[in-house]
Amino acid sequence: MSSIFLKKSILIPLCLLLLFVLAGLNLALGSVNIPLDEVIHIIMGKGSSNIIWENILLRTRLPQTIVALGAGMALGVAGLLMQTLFRNPLAGPSVLGISSGSSLGVGFVLLVAGQVWGFSFSRIGLWGDLAVIVASLGGAFVVLALILFISNKIGGTLSVLIIGVMIGYLSNSIVGVLKFYSMEEDVHNYVIWGLGSFSRMSADRAYLFALITIVPSVLALLLSKSLNLMALGDRYASNLGLKIKRARLLIILCAGALTAIVTAFCGPVIFIGMAVPHLSKLVSRTSNHFYLICNACILGAATALLCNLLARLPGLESELPINSVTAFIGAPVVISVIWKKRKENLMDR
Amino acid sequence: MFYLKYKLNYFWELFLEKINNIEMNNTLLQIRNLSVGYGSKVVADNLQADIPKGELICLLGSNGTGKSTLMRTLCGFQPALQGEVILDNIAVHQMSEKQLSVRIAVVLTDRVSVPNATVKELVGYGRSPYSGLMGRLRHEDIQIVEQSIQQCGIAHKKDCLLSSLSDGERQKAFIAKALAQDTPLIILDEPTAFLDLPARVEIMQLLRDIANRSGKSILMSTHDLDLALQLSDRLWLLQGGRPLLTGSPEDLLLQNAFQSMFQHKGIVFDNKTGLFHVNHKQHSTLAVKGHGFEYVLLRRAFSRKGIQLVKANAEDDTWLEVSNDCEEPFAFYWDNECVHQASSVEKIVAEVIAMKPLLSEGKKEQVESF
Repeated sequence: MSSIFLKKSILIPLCLLLLFVLAGLNLALGSVNIPLDEVIHIIMGKGSSNIIWENILLRTRLPQTIVALGAGMALGVAGLLMQTLFRNPLAGPSVLGISSGSSLGVGFVLLVAGQVWGFSFSRIGLWGDLAVIVASLGGAFVVLALILFISNKIGGTLSVLIIGVMIGYLSNSIVGVLKFYSMEEDVHNYVIWGLGSFSRMSADRAYLFALITIVPSVLALLLSKSLNLMALGDRYASNLGLKIKRARLLIILCAGALTAIVTAFCGPVIFIGMAVPHLSKLVSRTSNHFYLICNACILGAATALLCNLLARLPGLESELPINSVTAFIGAPVVISVIWKKRKENLMDR
Repeated sequence: MFYLKYKLNYFWELFLEKINNIEMNNTLLQIRNLSVGYGSKVVADNLQADIPKGELICLLGSNGTGKSTLMRTLCGFQPALQGEVILDNIAVHQMSEKQLSVRIAVVLTDRVSVPNATVKELVGYGRSPYSGLMGRLRHEDIQIVEQSIQQCGIAHKKDCLLSSLSDGERQKAFIAKALAQDTPLIILDEPTAFLDLPARVEIMQLLRDIANRSGKSILMSTHDLDLALQLSDRLWLLQGGRPLLTGSPEDLLLQNAFQSMFQHKGIVFDNKTGLFHVNHKQHSTLAVKGHGFEYVLLRRAFSRKGIQLVKANAEDDTWLEVSNDCEEPFAFYWDNECVHQASSVEKIVAEVIAMKPLLSEGKKEQVESF
């Protein structure tokens, strides 16, 4: 028993510390070597003698760090909400088909526009970026609206899950058709988008992104009571006074919006949303979603920062795509957590 | 004089009203002309029953008679097809989730697995109807949670994960959750299913204790007729196509209600003991001499094989003999001579079964007499 209390009291501050260290490392490490005291100086706003260093830090590394932080938080929380709503440890932000909706929207912009209007979005810089973001959000929210409508009309958590997964397959196959008829360059761009990245944004846009991901993530705490009851199953939840339909709608809306925003700005980032909820259940032995959401915020941000750091390890010529790193971190985490849980349960008896 | 009469009348009416009130007040839930089912499929109809305050009621019935459907309708999980359920003078279908949550607590058969939940947390969720937006428990809520856990006898497990509990402890944790919900009525759907006999008895005793001590009414469905007869205040018998039969176990025994319930199913219900006997099909008979416990056991063993033992007459030349207090108590006589002796029931039964073809050949008229 004592080890459990030890875990509870020490692990969370430890995770917070880890988060700060990772954020620091994200700022300090990179292909250009900047001395640590200069990094601190620049971040504190005292400026630096070397204008290039200042530019690198404030225009590249800082936005990237902030984006990773916000995206990790949002995906962690969205994944937790989905795992609780569907009572399925393999659920993640992608099960609603929202990121597939995004992919479809982006696919239309990147793949079809080239064919129809005879130009490639990748060549028109800022406006192209914006078009991608708008298309992604559009696709995501169309799917989200569809899912909400279905959940309200049909009801039943399982049917929502199945329909979400089916929408995912459908949009993937449509994207497949689009790819087949597109120019090579456009397909290349689309593939790059699909690999995900935290470094597509300017400083201003990074702050905006942080605002619209961190605020809803924290607001998800308001759903913690509903989530606690939903975890008991629909009948128990309803017997304990919860309006199931409304609660389900709010949870899907919150998780869906978070996923849509992250996918629009960073591309479909996989595995963080699936792995982080497991980690957050591991560090504190509670089913209370108030604590679990806090944990998911901290650990989601930390995981994304770690992935971002690994993606541009010193010594690598260029950045690795973020999704190949998240898979390498996420898959072992999910496997080990499930392994450990099994053992713990057996020992508890 | 007229005035006096008027006054008396007035008091009389007041008195009647009082009595009426007492009757009303003693009834927690009323079921009136209720039909339950799904869509157009009626599972059970025209049900009438009351749940008085502070009673433990067991709902009995074969599979498919609509027990679970009735329970779900009472809980407000599914609408009634006809008629109504009235709780505290309000129809259940008119109540909001919130109103229902402080009047009926449920324990379901669904085996939910809540990841990471401790017993204390689960019981704490029982306080949800009383907690605020964030579900934070106040000091008094925590006290009620502790009491409920204590009353269910799982205080030593309160910090354990639900997933680590045995089935019986798990069921107690969910009962503690229902207690913490602090409702006048608790409805349990087969709380003793999947449990071994000691755990079943324990759960039933716990529910009996809750009804006695807290004055809550408890309605549970079960297949354990013997336990229900011993521990419940009232039984509801649900039988396909017949009205819901309600009454105290003793009254229902007097009315021979159970025999009709299990008719044509190869079961004999013994009214005096409240126990069942399986009615084996008998193909043949065999004479036997003797008495005592060994005889009773021998009779049981042969009955299972379809052979009915009958008291031997003087003219029988084939019989079994049971002699008490000796090494080999069982003997088989064939044509008036002992052909086999055995120390165990198993051996003698095997021997007789082996000789059965001979038996039926030689003694045809005797074998087919049954």
